Amino acid sequence: MRTTAFWLLIAVLLGGALLVVTSRSLFRAAYALAATLLATAGLYALLSAPLLAAVQVILYTGGILTLTVFALVVAGDETGGVRWRRPLPAAALSVAVLAALAAAVRTARTERTPGGPDSGAAAGAALFGDYLVPFELLSVLLLGAVFGALLLARRDDPA
Amino acid sequence: MTLTHLLLVAAALFAIGLFGMLARRHAIGVLLSIELMFNAVNLAIVSIAWSRGLATGVVLVLFGIAITVAEAAIGLALVLLVTRVRKTAVLDDLHDLSG
Repeated sequence: MRTTAFWLLIAVLLGGALLVVTSRSLFRAAYALAATLLATAGLYALLSAPLLAAVQVILYTGGILTLTVFALVVAGDETGGVRWRRPLPAAALSVAVLAALAAAVRTARTERTPGGPDSGAAAGAALFGDYLVPFELLSVLLLGAVFGALLLARRDDPA
Repeated sequence: MTLTHLLLVAAALFAIGLFGMLARRHAIGVLLSIELMFNAVNLAIVSIAWSRGLATGVVLVLFGIAITVAEAAIGLALVLLVTRVRKTAVLDDLHDLSG
């Protein structure tokens, strides 16, 4: 059951990712990215990180999809019918990087170390214990991003 | 479901994102591909944390997700600004912006 779910999620993940980079319509690419991110959330749940799965669905998928579709509606996805620019060197470099990463995985230590259950409670305790100061700094970063985005998107002509 | 499988999937996801980042002509397409690469890195971190039984991997990825959402908001605001000034978001038509 878990194995079936795993390979199903992998199929959705990689299929969605391919659609993100090959789709002619950027709207379709954005929805394919959402499918990829949701499949990743499913993998997080399988990897006993349910907290992360929830955050991935609510914050990441929801946030990115809303922002992207909004930007596409405003900016348009017109590229003159041509998806890619010089795809062959890009594909060659990607395959080279994939080969290097696969070689690195082959030499990595991949046996499982049995550890305690990686529960949401442990992550929450770490987040509000050891990592409290970075967590609070994060709110400053998000505030800065909100002001930055407002400042950049503002129209200069006086209202 | 082993760590090797998970890391290979993350590597494939990263490579696909890299191709999209290099080859896409539209600025928003490039941003979507960068999200793919970021997602691949997150998946690798979570997989390694899972295989070692560490709770801190989740914390690291939580920080990463929050920072990426901020980055995406700024990136899309920049795309909207460029589109408004130059009437296009196709990167080939914005070559004179590069240093």
